[in-house]
Amino acid sequence: MFKLWATIKKDCRVLIRDGIGLSLMFIMPIVLVVVVTDIQNSTFQLINKNKMAILVCSRDTGESGKQLIDAINKIGLFKVYNLPKNQDVKTIADSMKDKDALLSVTIPEDFTRKVKAKAKSVSNKAMVSFGLQADSVQKYTGDVSPLTLYYNPVIQEQLRLSVKGGLQSALQIVESRETLRTLYFAINEKPLPEKLESEMLSNKAAINEIPVSKNGSLRAPNAAQHNVPAWTIFAMFFVIMSLGGSVVREKVSGSFVRLKTLPTNFAVGLLSKQITYVAVTVVQAIVIFALGIWGFPLMGLPGLNIPLDVFGLLVVTIICGWCAVSYAICVGVFAESHQQSNGFGAISIVILAAIGGLMVPSFAMDTSLKTIANFSPMHWCLQAYYGLFLEGGKLTDVMQYLIPLVLITLVLQLITFLGLKRKNLI
Amino acid sequence: MVANGELAVNIEDLGFHYPSNDGVVFSGLNLKVRKGERFGLFGPNGAGKTTLLSLMTGLLSADSGTITLLGNDVRKKNNDVNKLIGFVPQDFSYYQELSPVENLEFFGAWSGLTKQQIKTRTDELLHILGLENVRNKQVDKFSGGMKRRVNLAIGVIHNPAILILDEPTVGVDVQTRHAIINYLMELNKNGTTLIYTSHQLSEAEGLCEEVALIDVGKIITQDSLTNLLKEHRQDSLEDLFLSLTGKEYRNDV
Repeated sequence: MFKLWATIKKDCRVLIRDGIGLSLMFIMPIVLVVVVTDIQNSTFQLINKNKMAILVCSRDTGESGKQLIDAINKIGLFKVYNLPKNQDVKTIADSMKDKDALLSVTIPEDFTRKVKAKAKSVSNKAMVSFGLQADSVQKYTGDVSPLTLYYNPVIQEQLRLSVKGGLQSALQIVESRETLRTLYFAINEKPLPEKLESEMLSNKAAINEIPVSKNGSLRAPNAAQHNVPAWTIFAMFFVIMSLGGSVVREKVSGSFVRLKTLPTNFAVGLLSKQITYVAVTVVQAIVIFALGIWGFPLMGLPGLNIPLDVFGLLVVTIICGWCAVSYAICVGVFAESHQQSNGFGAISIVILAAIGGLMVPSFAMDTSLKTIANFSPMHWCLQAYYGLFLEGGKLTDVMQYLIPLVLITLVLQLITFLGLKRKNLI
Repeated sequence: MVANGELAVNIEDLGFHYPSNDGVVFSGLNLKVRKGERFGLFGPNGAGKTTLLSLMTGLLSADSGTITLLGNDVRKKNNDVNKLIGFVPQDFSYYQELSPVENLEFFGAWSGLTKQQIKTRTDELLHILGLENVRNKQVDKFSGGMKRRVNLAIGVIHNPAILILDEPTVGVDVQTRHAIINYLMELNKNGTTLIYTSHQLSEAEGLCEEVALIDVGKIITQDSLTNLLKEHRQDSLEDLFLSLTGKEYRNDV
């Protein structure tokens, strides 16, 4: 026990004096978690609170064009700026730059005429279908001319798709209104009363959004709930920058060789490293979680809600940390130099994070990538954390993710052992 | 030649090759070192000195033959064998981020000493090797000579019966060399067997009683230094070395 304690003391001293390694393990992930959460939160606010600026250039002078602009305004997603009707593409692009707008929509010249023609055609068809006499069943030729949406390429595809969806719903309202009015007039030979029109077009059933959680909590997950666990895992695996390098230094300096000549089993050395660095990963998690709980609200970011099963959270953190430490030791054993350990370590962690779903959610991956994700320990870490943080689960609920994680860890330990044997270090 | 007395090291019919096949191969090598002796093993680069020391310390495993240290078979690699030897490698094989005290505390524990024994030996060694005033300073700030002394202190913290030294004075100033050699003589007076390799042959002349020359994996001669110089009609160990191993460059890749 004294040997183990002396070794832990040695490992702690070496770690404390590794300023660069410490800053990479603590400062870098803290910066990452704050920046990424802030970016995600800003995107959320951009869409939900701040409204996106959109320039509307209506070449149509008719009623439907005005109705469309009104409908776009009512979507609530945009702050609408009207442009003069005779703007060409270049002028529109310049105006987008001037007004700092990422979007612009152009309404075609014949928009009202086409909407009305389509409404008339649909109305006549309906009259015939109802068994009533129509003016004449005109055959409607062609759709309503398309709107043109100009966008700044920096806009992400997902956001562009939601903008497109919003514009389509505005178009739908305009076309439906015109069809209703025409049909009503054809039947009653008088205009559709405004009140009735409003009732017919007004929004229907609301959509309630309820997060599905295991503990029945109705709290909607925020950017912090998503980002803090993900970047905590990233931070844990970044112990490789200190631990991997430390293992390489011990090999290169000959300390491993000297230890082999001493009357102590090398397992003591490996055990000490694992105890020391797993403790470091737990401290990392505590620091980042504390930042999420207390620091984020002070920075205007949504605060982190800690899962109810705190014991489960501790167990998941320890197992994730153990896996990260095992990976770092494994890389350290096989790396021939400090540069190799750091270079391979950093790149491999970014790759494991990407395929593990830390950067792109795994549900958005295609089937082959989802299969590959299973080989990333970070995927299982993330699933276990999300089971607690987002789904409100308990330790028993996330065991399905911890078992593969422990198996990966044991495989890493076995590879480390074989590597040490092969290099004649134990 | 070694004849009587208890043997500190007894190597019989040793066979060894590196798995990659490009290292020195020992075949039927025999070597005896008496207990309490100051033994020097010399040879050109690539002769097999470090490999032989690694086999003695159990860092490498022999293909055939036996190596015993004070009657204990090295191949068993048990703690009893490891307690007998102190190893001072050519590299600074310790933690540069730690102070001498912290290094000795760690290596002392791994050598099987108690906390109190470590404290006593640490004070003693730092005093003898002139490191008292830097006992709590990080070693990476030390000069080469100071680092060599720390390297030696770690190797002897557990008072080993056999001390194996691989070029313990390389790159040090005259004062440090003098201090190290004196300390080694002192250890030997107290019963420690010294097994020493170096390219500093003038230094070795003053230290070693028994000398073996090794080249291309074979012991080409072994006797007391006096007998060897007389037998080969040479004035110094360096002359003897050159006369037996030649003057060609040795490229140890």
